[in-house]
Amino acid sequence: MGASDEPVLEARNVTKRFPGVLALDDVSFAVRPGEVHALVGENGAGKSTLIKIFTGVHQPDGGELRYGGGPAAFATPMEAQRSGISTIYQEVNLVPMMSVARNLLLGREPRNRLGVIDATRMYGEAERALAGYGVKADVRRPLRTLGMGAQQMVALARAISIDARVVIMDEPTSSLEPREVETLFGVIRRLRDDGIAVIYVSHRLDELYQVCDRVTVLRDGRLAHNGPMAGLARLQLISLMLGRDLNEVRASGATRFSRDHDAIATGEPVIEARGLTRRHVLREVSVSVRPGEVVGLGGLLGAGRSETAKAIMGALPLDSGEVIVAGLPLRRRSTATAIRAGVSLLPEDRKAEGIIPNLSVRENIVLASLPHLARGGVVSDARIDEVVDAFIRKLRIKASSPHQKVSELSGGNQQKVLLARWLAMRPKVLLLDEPTRGIDVGAKAEVQALIDELAEEGLGVLLISSDLEELAEGSDRIIVLREGAVVGELSGADVTEEGIMASIADHSPSAPPSTTPADHPSRAEAHD
Amino acid sequence: MTDSKVFPAHKVPAVRAAGAARREHVGRLLQQHGALIVLVAVVIVGSFAFDFFATAGNAASVVVSSSFLAVIALGMTFVIISGGIDLSVGSLFALGGVLAAYGSQAGVVVALLLPLTVCGTVGLVQGLIIARTGMAPFIVTLAGLLGVRGLMLAISDEGATTYLVKDTAFARLGQGELFGLTYPVYIAAVLALLCMLLLQRTGFGQNVFAIGGSEHAASLMGVPVVRTKVLVYLMSGLLAGLAGALNAARLSSGVTILGIGLELDVIAAVVIGGTLLTGGAGSVTGTVSGVLLLGVIQSLINQVGDLTSSFQQVVSGGFLALVVIAQRLLSKAQRIT
Repeated sequence: MGASDEPVLEARNVTKRFPGVLALDDVSFAVRPGEVHALVGENGAGKSTLIKIFTGVHQPDGGELRYGGGPAAFATPMEAQRSGISTIYQEVNLVPMMSVARNLLLGREPRNRLGVIDATRMYGEAERALAGYGVKADVRRPLRTLGMGAQQMVALARAISIDARVVIMDEPTSSLEPREVETLFGVIRRLRDDGIAVIYVSHRLDELYQVCDRVTVLRDGRLAHNGPMAGLARLQLISLMLGRDLNEVRASGATRFSRDHDAIATGEPVIEARGLTRRHVLREVSVSVRPGEVVGLGGLLGAGRSETAKAIMGALPLDSGEVIVAGLPLRRRSTATAIRAGVSLLPEDRKAEGIIPNLSVRENIVLASLPHLARGGVVSDARIDEVVDAFIRKLRIKASSPHQKVSELSGGNQQKVLLARWLAMRPKVLLLDEPTRGIDVGAKAEVQALIDELAEEGLGVLLISSDLEELAEGSDRIIVLREGAVVGELSGADVTEEGIMASIADHSPSAPPSTTPADHPSRAEAHD
Repeated sequence: MTDSKVFPAHKVPAVRAAGAARREHVGRLLQQHGALIVLVAVVIVGSFAFDFFATAGNAASVVVSSSFLAVIALGMTFVIISGGIDLSVGSLFALGGVLAAYGSQAGVVVALLLPLTVCGTVGLVQGLIIARTGMAPFIVTLAGLLGVRGLMLAISDEGATTYLVKDTAFARLGQGELFGLTYPVYIAAVLALLCMLLLQRTGFGQNVFAIGGSEHAASLMGVPVVRTKVLVYLMSGLLAGLAGALNAARLSSGVTILGIGLELDVIAAVVIGGTLLTGGAGSVTGTVSGVLLLGVIQSLINQVGDLTSSFQQVVSGGFLALVVIAQRLLSKAQRIT
């Protein structure tokens, strides 16, 4: 749409080397004004490196960077930004403690005649700017009091407001709700019509087809494909990203879940949560998982999925409700109790709540299970090595050695390290909160395959995922939450994307909250 | 709190967000003005309990003796908000005094310029090392603390030589009075106002908050991280030197044994004033309240009689612990919301 021919930003045969890795190998990429250009690839494909070269974080070792028709070099992010290249990142890179307005306008605050910041005008400007993005928040409050979606919008508003000619979006939708995604797409289309070039990085294929004009696929640091988005079949795109044979991808589908999920697991639930209630957060949520069963938690952001997992784990204070693991109610509500009983939670935010970046893969894996491995308080190195090696092999963790720092691994491998940490505890139940968020297609498929394997081995799995396809294909049974309450349960042939959406959308109060226990007598028993 | 509704509460329904917002608001209020509230309370209680307390003379003496600490604490406020710490200020305070007394032989201009130049340079160098090499501020300024004290002992022959302030114009700067208060009080007040403006209403101030809140995010947002950090330590050095010079003018001599452990009092005052030790939040008004609170407590304890002045440290230590615990609880409450 109105894209002119001259690229505004271009990388010509760019090469970037890091110690031991050739991150970019002779890659060319060009984006034109008024074009939304998808940049896709697995983790380690070189997307982030290319973006960091465009934004002045890294300098290319070879090749040429061109901007606005001439050669360019950005020594710092500030320089790139000043020249009109704005970036919004997957993780909101703003200052949580500063007010919304100050974050939005940092560096370009309106001044009064004396040259000092005019607070009144600043707040007014910020409010007006945000209104265009569907955000109506008190701009005086600290940024962190907003939800992730709103924070992302603030970051976006900031990025665009600095007279950008190129806007780079690195997985901008990973924490947005569907409605917010629509707003974002509206903004992107507006940018395109204004002749701004957009580089759009995302793992969500639907989005690429919705907003992007062209696509560049990187694989292993090389250019794998470059062409218009329209006419490129989904499977073709996936196979380009994965570098796998098209037929193979078709056979396995987009996700890697392969188990026959129509078989309904029987037997006593390994975990049963009953009537979890916390004022304004959860209302009488009951969930049970049998050994070998994957139970999905469906619902929109804010429906109470993560909160349910946290409540089961004892990490969320409850007004009422109980959790029974393998027939025994948890007496005290604490994470330590839950872990001892055999429940493990893979948290949503692996950066903040999971990995310890400066420790090695080995240390991260055995961190929680050291007490198990110890004899008389002493842990044998050989024993640890054994456990660590076993998990690295089993989970196919790609690390140069067990002693590599976790922070150096890709997102998918970090996730696997976390998974290994909890598996090392030999849990009976695994609560997975967005296990594949922010990791690339290949690693995603591997994690999905792992979930299957673990369930085969008899683990009970509670799966939370915003990816409907993943949820539908990975779960045996799905419990749908809305506004903190169970609004439906799907099992057998009903476990489909359409089924989940219908259940979420169904507003009639008659939607059977079928897992809400009708069996009050048994509850009374458990209390005794 | 309609805003929380329009922007659908992310993890929680809107009703809870409204309550949480109110709690958060109260929390922030407490953090920002807690020291002021306690200060007012202590003053009121002190006035009723002790006759000597609520006198103009006593108030003046508290304000006067707090003014030097206040000047240093202003610089420290910027340092701590930026996520750093400056341990060298106690030594710089002493060095500033000695250099001022030494320089006063050549008149008031030299008496002021010499300490400012030297202490500013020390601050600048520390800032450059911290900002450019990424070394921990704690270590760099600890080195500064030791080095500067050594330097000062060297120029004063291990403290054997005490320079006296000869210049009367310079002495007047520390001793002159206006409406019953010495000049340093007014200087501290003007500096506090300037710092308030600098922190709240200039790009530099915003950058300091941004760096302390998240250095990574700040650099991605185009904040000149290195320059801002260097300026912050430069400022801290300058203010410590100035406080030392003013104090020398008051005492009419450059005393070498001053300022030992002073950096800790300064940090205590700043933190009691609600500035987060982890950076990213704080205020000049809070720091001024913190300084005055410490001064008032000292005055109370000194005059109650039975207690030695050592108890002042016990009390301020206890206070500091309370404040840090309160900050911790507040930030925890805020995280949950």
